[in-house]
Amino acid sequence: MSLLAAGLPVAAVPLVAGLLSSPVGVAHYLVVGAILFTAGVVCMALKRNALGVLMGIELVLNGANVNFVAFSSPYLRGEGAASLGLDGQIIALFVILLAAAEAAVALAITLNFYNNHATVDIDRAEDLKG
Amino acid sequence: MMTTVLASVMPVAAINWHSVLFLLFAAVACACAVAVVLAENVVRMAFYLVLSLAATAGLFFLAGAEFVGAMQLMIYVGGTLVLLVFGVMLTAQAPFVAIKTSSSDRVLAGMVGAALLAVLLQAAFRVEPWRRPATAAVAAPAATPIGMALLGVRADEPAAGVPAAAVRSGYLLPFEIVSIHLLVVLVGAAYLARAKRRRTPRAIDVAASSVGPVVTARQAARSSASALVSGGGR
Repeated sequence: MSLLAAGLPVAAVPLVAGLLSSPVGVAHYLVVGAILFTAGVVCMALKRNALGVLMGIELVLNGANVNFVAFSSPYLRGEGAASLGLDGQIIALFVILLAAAEAAVALAITLNFYNNHATVDIDRAEDLKG
Repeated sequence: MMTTVLASVMPVAAINWHSVLFLLFAAVACACAVAVVLAENVVRMAFYLVLSLAATAGLFFLAGAEFVGAMQLMIYVGGTLVLLVFGVMLTAQAPFVAIKTSSSDRVLAGMVGAALLAVLLQAAFRVEPWRRPATAAVAAPAATPIGMALLGVRADEPAAGVPAAAVRSGYLLPFEIVSIHLLVVLVGAAYLARAKRRRTPRAIDVAASSVGPVVTARQAARSSASALVSGGGR
């Protein structure tokens, strides 16, 4: 905590104190999910390595999972508030499984492309346009 | 100095350690996700992705979804990322480890990313009135209800305000569909990535032999065989 506060100006001290003492809500998780999702989208758009694009997809799915788990969490909802309950956790499990399947197939396609074209640069995949 | 200021504002007893742990895991997850985007080396990208996904598993544990967090660690970090790292190692020839992107593309992607992040953050902060301060109730472990729901029987109580008949359906059919899907994906991936016997030399062999004087053993055998054939014809 002292390391965190050492580099901050004095004006940020009440903000840090508020963050450290107030309970975590759904909005905190949604902010984390938004940052992960945006990083994944930018990674998918920016990387020229096919494996980099795959990592961007993983980040996007992970950001969506954070939102599902946050909305289904028993600790973050107030009494009487609507919640996804157990459904959110089960959907997050399905997302994890489908991400594993997608990664396997996409990696097989990437290895096939690498065997045939001797590169993983997706800008060189012009004959895949059909 | 800053520590004393912080300590004067807030006594140690007022610290919510759940929030501290959340901030720690969230900072690691977000920083490593941004590092995945900024890194040029694909091996470092894979390493940062492992850290980000593991920190996200910590966030799942903090949210009370311990089964999902364990599955995230086992399937994502232990399975999918190992698969990705193997892919990186199989294709990590020297020119492909760091493929540069042009700076104009970087600026454009940064603008698009900032716009998307602004929209998402606005949507996230509008959920704020939905939140109430968390009560001190300790939730029951969710592993058994999840397993029962995957078998088609719901053992958890429905959420408040939701008619009971609406949530009583289990997840047996999606579970079976995902099972068949995983089997098909396994077969398909093994079929796509199998080692093929080729008649024409692969592009990678041609590139390797044209770059340097090193001739692969397969091509040496092929050229000597063709020399034998042409010599026999004469």
